[in-house]
Amino acid sequence: MAAGDDTLARVPTSINGFDRVALGGLPKGRCTLVTGTAGSGKTLFAVEFLARGRQRFGDPGVFVTFEEPPADIRRNAASLGFDIAAWEAEGTWAFVDAAPDIADEGPTVGTYDFRALVARIGDAVRRTGATRVSLDSLGAIFTRFPDKTVVRHELFRIATTLEDLGVTSVMTAERTDEYGSISRYDVEEFVLNNVVVLRNGLHQERRRRTVEIVKLRGAPHRTGEWLFTIDPRDGIVVIPLAFLPLGKGSVRRDRVSSGIPALDDMCGGGFFRDAVILLSGPTGVGKTLTALGFMVAGVDAGERCLLYTFDETQEQLRRSMAGWGVDLDRMDATGLLTLLSEYPETSSLEDHFIRIRRSVEEFRPQRLVIDALSALERIGTPRALLDFVIALGAVVRPRGVTTLLTALPGQLYPGPGGPSIAEQIASLTDVAVLLRYIESPGHVGRAVAVLQTRGSAHDHRVREVTIDDTGLHVGAPLKGMSNILAGYGSPLLDTGPWPAGTAEATSQPEPHE
Amino acid sequence: MSTYSFVLYVAGQTQRSQEALENLRSLCEARLRGAYELTVVDAVERPELAERWRILATPTVVRLRPEPPRRVIGDLSDLHRAALALGLPDEFGGA
Repeated sequence: MAAGDDTLARVPTSINGFDRVALGGLPKGRCTLVTGTAGSGKTLFAVEFLARGRQRFGDPGVFVTFEEPPADIRRNAASLGFDIAAWEAEGTWAFVDAAPDIADEGPTVGTYDFRALVARIGDAVRRTGATRVSLDSLGAIFTRFPDKTVVRHELFRIATTLEDLGVTSVMTAERTDEYGSISRYDVEEFVLNNVVVLRNGLHQERRRRTVEIVKLRGAPHRTGEWLFTIDPRDGIVVIPLAFLPLGKGSVRRDRVSSGIPALDDMCGGGFFRDAVILLSGPTGVGKTLTALGFMVAGVDAGERCLLYTFDETQEQLRRSMAGWGVDLDRMDATGLLTLLSEYPETSSLEDHFIRIRRSVEEFRPQRLVIDALSALERIGTPRALLDFVIALGAVVRPRGVTTLLTALPGQLYPGPGGPSIAEQIASLTDVAVLLRYIESPGHVGRAVAVLQTRGSAHDHRVREVTIDDTGLHVGAPLKGMSNILAGYGSPLLDTGPWPAGTAEATSQPEPHE
Repeated sequence: MSTYSFVLYVAGQTQRSQEALENLRSLCEARLRGAYELTVVDAVERPELAERWRILATPTVVRLRPEPPRRVIGDLSDLHRAALALGLPDEFGGA
């Protein structure tokens, strides 16, 4: 077939995030081979390709199953919210049941072909008006018919027939190992043009699923392996969803309060409503307290607030809040505050992301806190954490959710050693608020600095911070301090009393010991 | 009333279809002395029958009677093996 404009036409799979990697979807009217080892999600890909097409675009589909009986596929799809039986009843979904059955088994004597199967597929496509066809999985048919050459040739006939019918199709095939030849029976030779590989490996003792588009008919697509997860409700979810257009023209210029008036002043009048704020500081310096103040300010302004903690249980968090004088009963009564607590280790980073995204979609918060991002470093590579922040940004920015991320400074600012993932994360956020201990002879205090605010003037001075029974207070600028960003600040000259000598005006109470 | 009943599934009027039909007929004539029923189904014309009987490959012979059913796939070019697979009586047994 001559190459024309139609070769670039795509059919969206609507599989979460996949079309962004494939830059639009699978080549329209073509056959795409999806290969993977056992348990890599091939069948799910084949099912979702049809079911999402039917659900989202009304596209009729035909599912040719060589492996699982249709009843199993119906049942598994139902858990993802797909009512295949209803689609069958209305004639927009048909199974071609080629699953093995002991009653159908028989020896082969002489030559044969798969024309009956081709006729059945063609009939099902015409009956339903299908524009999408999935075949799962080719390996099963190789084990049932002895002559591999015949089977390969017949599969080529099926692929050709499907393209002649004008349908867009997905064929799945087994691989024996994650990085060997593309498929077990070299079936790629007849669908050479479009190949997707699903991998399911162990990386640092954690399951790591990736999807890679090996080729797509010479059409542009993202290269490399992209993390994905299999969610019990959303099915395949490819991460990052980072290629989202960042809300063209929908940049928010209105401001929200951080809950600390002096910090609002430092940022030029509060945070932009669609800002992502990185609040870094060592343990105990007041990050969680600042985050809670941010939530309380939100509730006071009538905004819905969602707080995810990976550091504490909900009980611990509620106890801390009560200790800081937050009226929890009043907060709960408003129905505006949702606290969620999870152990980082219970899920992969991808799964945590999906749960956070779902909470944002369902609860529709105007403010989101994640305390602490550092806890997630334990379960993912730095690169994965960066992807997590990128993907999170793509979720919260278009929705105008003011998002506060807390983190330990040590990991995020490792100091010497050149640009790190941490610095990249900082560069992805709009505002970096640094809370630090400062040390002077005989005394440890606290300081805050605002490092960057995108598109807004801000206070570059380092200010003193105090914590008392009523919360966290930002005071006067500190003079003569250095190394604040490095972690522990100290006076440039280690003479003179502190804090009286370093603070311009100390209207705030003395810092606690 | 015949004790043997066969359905031969083919796909189109191809040479392979013809050979399968000829091979099956000659086997049945020789070993069953014509006492059999044979129905030929073209899967291209009757895909719904192929679907109902879950026919994948063509040609496929389904021996419906005697029970239990048996299937043999291929053009039956090896008559001896085909006879064994279909459970037909020996040629000289009845002759």
